[in-house]
Amino acid sequence: MKIDRRSFLTYTTAFVLGGAAGSMLSPAPWKLTDDIAIWTQNWPWTPVPEDGEVTHKKTVCTLCPCGCGIDVRLVGGRPVKIEGSTDHPVNKGSLCPKGFSGLQYLYGPARVTTPLKREGKRGEGKWKKITWDEALTAVSDKLAELRASGRPETVACIADSDQGTIPNLIGRFMTAYGSPNFLCAATAKDAVEQAIYVTQGKQGVPVFDIQNADFILSFGAGVLEGWGGPGRMLNLYGAGKSSKTIVQVEPRLSDTAAKANQWIAINPGTETALALGLANVIINESLYDKNFVENFAFGFDRWTDENGVTRDGFTAAVKGYEPAKVAQITGINQADITALARKFAKAAAPIAINGRGQGLLPGGIDESLAVLMLNALVGNINKKGGISVMPDFDYAKWPEIKIDEVASKGMQQPRVDGAGSEQFPNTRYLLNRLPEALNVAGDGVPIQALLVTDANPLYTMPDTEAAKKAFDRIPFIVSFSPYMDETASFSDYILPNHSYLERLQDVPSAAGISRQVISLSTPVVKPVYETRHIGDAFIMIAQNLGGFIKNAFPWKDYETFLKDALKEHWRNLKRKGLVELSHNPPEPLTYLFNTASGKFEFYPTAQTNGTDQPAALPAYAPVPIEGDMQRFDLVLTPYDTIRLAGGNLASAPFMTKTVDDTVLKKETSFVEINPTTARGLNLKEGATARLTTPKGEATVKVHLYDGIMPGIIAMPRGLGHTAYSVYLADKGTNVNTLIGSIADPASGLDMAWGIRAQLTRI
Amino acid sequence: MSSTDKNQTVSSEAAPEEKDSPASSTSGWAVFMFFMIGFVGSLLAGWILFPDLLYSKKEQPIDFNHAVHLDVVYDGCNSCHFFRDDGTFAGMPDLNSCVDCHQEVMTGDPEEVKFVEEYVQPGIEVPWLNHSKQPDCVFFSHAAHVIGADMSCASCHGDIGTSSHTRTYEENRLTGYSRDIWGHSISRLGKPEPGEPKPMKMNDCAKCHLEETGHKGACFQCHK
Repeated sequence: MKIDRRSFLTYTTAFVLGGAAGSMLSPAPWKLTDDIAIWTQNWPWTPVPEDGEVTHKKTVCTLCPCGCGIDVRLVGGRPVKIEGSTDHPVNKGSLCPKGFSGLQYLYGPARVTTPLKREGKRGEGKWKKITWDEALTAVSDKLAELRASGRPETVACIADSDQGTIPNLIGRFMTAYGSPNFLCAATAKDAVEQAIYVTQGKQGVPVFDIQNADFILSFGAGVLEGWGGPGRMLNLYGAGKSSKTIVQVEPRLSDTAAKANQWIAINPGTETALALGLANVIINESLYDKNFVENFAFGFDRWTDENGVTRDGFTAAVKGYEPAKVAQITGINQADITALARKFAKAAAPIAINGRGQGLLPGGIDESLAVLMLNALVGNINKKGGISVMPDFDYAKWPEIKIDEVASKGMQQPRVDGAGSEQFPNTRYLLNRLPEALNVAGDGVPIQALLVTDANPLYTMPDTEAAKKAFDRIPFIVSFSPYMDETASFSDYILPNHSYLERLQDVPSAAGISRQVISLSTPVVKPVYETRHIGDAFIMIAQNLGGFIKNAFPWKDYETFLKDALKEHWRNLKRKGLVELSHNPPEPLTYLFNTASGKFEFYPTAQTNGTDQPAALPAYAPVPIEGDMQRFDLVLTPYDTIRLAGGNLASAPFMTKTVDDTVLKKETSFVEINPTTARGLNLKEGATARLTTPKGEATVKVHLYDGIMPGIIAMPRGLGHTAYSVYLADKGTNVNTLIGSIADPASGLDMAWGIRAQLTRI
Repeated sequence: MSSTDKNQTVSSEAAPEEKDSPASSTSGWAVFMFFMIGFVGSLLAGWILFPDLLYSKKEQPIDFNHAVHLDVVYDGCNSCHFFRDDGTFAGMPDLNSCVDCHQEVMTGDPEEVKFVEEYVQPGIEVPWLNHSKQPDCVFFSHAAHVIGADMSCASCHGDIGTSSHTRTYEENRLTGYSRDIWGHSISRLGKPEPGEPKPMKMNDCAKCHLEETGHKGACFQCHK
């Protein structure tokens, strides 16, 4: 048989055809087709849910200070779902979107997985992985060096809160080390606390007994946007919406305003005037609680001080705020003001609350004072459904601390932020004043080392870019954040803390409920990465520093300390997860006030600070917001929404997904603007515009919204992160970069509610 | 055969192209022969070689003796392969269940010694190879079958409970699942011997459901 080219092709074809025919009669192609289909379902990047036993672990959410109970569902030991605990007294099963998306804070790519040392320039994002020993030694060495030079007060610490044993353990460290500079960001609660202190002489946690109130007059407090603990408020709203009247006073139709019985649009920043106007009507029409005012209050009418000088009382202070004038200031109809005052005073259990949005910013002290006095007028102090003050939590027992000479000298230095100074005697922390203090001329930066624990000032501080420049003057910045947040990414060392589901921690609830609820947040999962509990890290640093500092921390780790500090509560906390200490407002009306007069002071003598200052009575003074009115014809106000986290901890990526595309579209934020105003600026829905304020500028889109007053534009807090992960960074504009801080002359607290702005079409 | 016709036509006209004639190059029987070589070859490859190539063979980490265990436990299969309180099926027991008895070596059997030394003492879970593992997209309730329909374990898994050695695990190189799912017969013809595990492809489920319940079942019953 001769095989040439043609026959070779023919035989090959025959062979292949035969092979094909044969294989069709074999199982191989059929089986392979099936197998390939299954193979495609098992590619390694296809997520497969955990399989295993389903268990539930109860713990407490620490993503914000409210302390909601959570129930974590685990499959095969892996947390897969977070829900609110139905039996927890704070939230009773309700939870906010942040709490629900909590797993992304555990497994998300924003975690810092090992200790890091900065390699490149600050904020460049070049890091070197180091061991925990290296990290702790580096920080201890720097702190030892500063202390050896006799300047321990040049070390500052910024924390997210001063409640609970972790912040207090860090505070103890600062004391033993010798620095008075432990700072927290002040919130609306600080202003209320201070108002309570100057009128009642009590320091403690303000309690708003919304649960037992039937008429809620909210001066901008976003009760459905996260004010007073979102878990708690959502639960109360769901349980009592038919039996409660909610009147929301604010310039923007927020979710709370939309759900309220009445929305009163008010010129922003004029809430104090309205509160005083309402007081004016209540006093003129004699609708106030005479029993309270006559027996338990001081400074309501004219009074004479110890020097024989006759002073004005509260009645005189509100005299100037007759409805007609208040209508002019606030832009509210005069008849509405009178009607509101009557409804408020005649309600069975009225309560007035304040604090814009979630209450992240304190606002002026006069606003809190005026609102508190409005409550006092209707006798709504220290009673069911009213405002009272709960003593500061003191369940943890601390051994006595002995400090050495260096520390005692350092502790006597004035605070860098001026809190507690002669100028601001009643204020605890003034973080907003830190950048200014850092920007002193020359090399003598008052802070040489900064420790940042769970706070993220380089995102949350107003005029963020200026704050960043000021922070850059600090030679040594250490972050203890579990996440690569803006501040961590700008630091020199990161000593990552456990994330909240991996961490043991006591949680005194800050939601403003009328009982002291202390919960124990216990780890639901072993640490996923090479992180360490912040308490352990500080104990180790203290031990490295030695001497008196080491002696102040005689525990091997945080758990040993906690067990030791909680004493009798530890067993209950371990067993039940929470301890409730009753806080019964004294009943019947046995008001106990610690003021000089022993009464509720409508004329807060404490605020005069012993001087002859007559300015103690609340008064409305327009907040001088920044910007030239000619150039900046609009006013930008930030707002809060429950779908975004605007505080120290960024939203979880899930939350960004819940935001409407009239708030954020791709990478661009929207500003809300009234259609009338937009027409004047020739802006249509969705138009791109340049937003300029005295502090910065951004490219935005506009959303025409009837729910915002003409001349005002609004942007949400919580967007525009520059760090964390690709799922959060560069999404929209951080409104904090566009606004500034204005210190209240009485308290030093930030009272800015907006900034002048300009919007030009591009 | 049009090309051959063409060739013939051409050859009758031009003698020099005689080499292209069918007789000199391609013959019918040779074409048939090559066809058959391909045909038979691929049949043999498909039926005999392919299954051997498709499956890799693995042994269990421990040669487990089911028979011995079944003798000493009081609740049959359920003693180790139990239903959890919430009704889900625990499947392969984890180390915790074994440690109840095997904290220390009990019998001195070399496999038990290996188990205690290599897994119990360091606290490592035994990476058992699961002959019955289904893909994640399949929802299967043991409770519905064992408790609800009162079926015995052996009716699907075969007489594994009385075996004294583990079987060789044959793993599909492509899918990673056990050969048992498809069934030992590569053609899926014929029935498994009594006492052998049953195949567990979707059609196997449907077939049994049709016989037992009169309906194959709906998609979402298993594919949630």
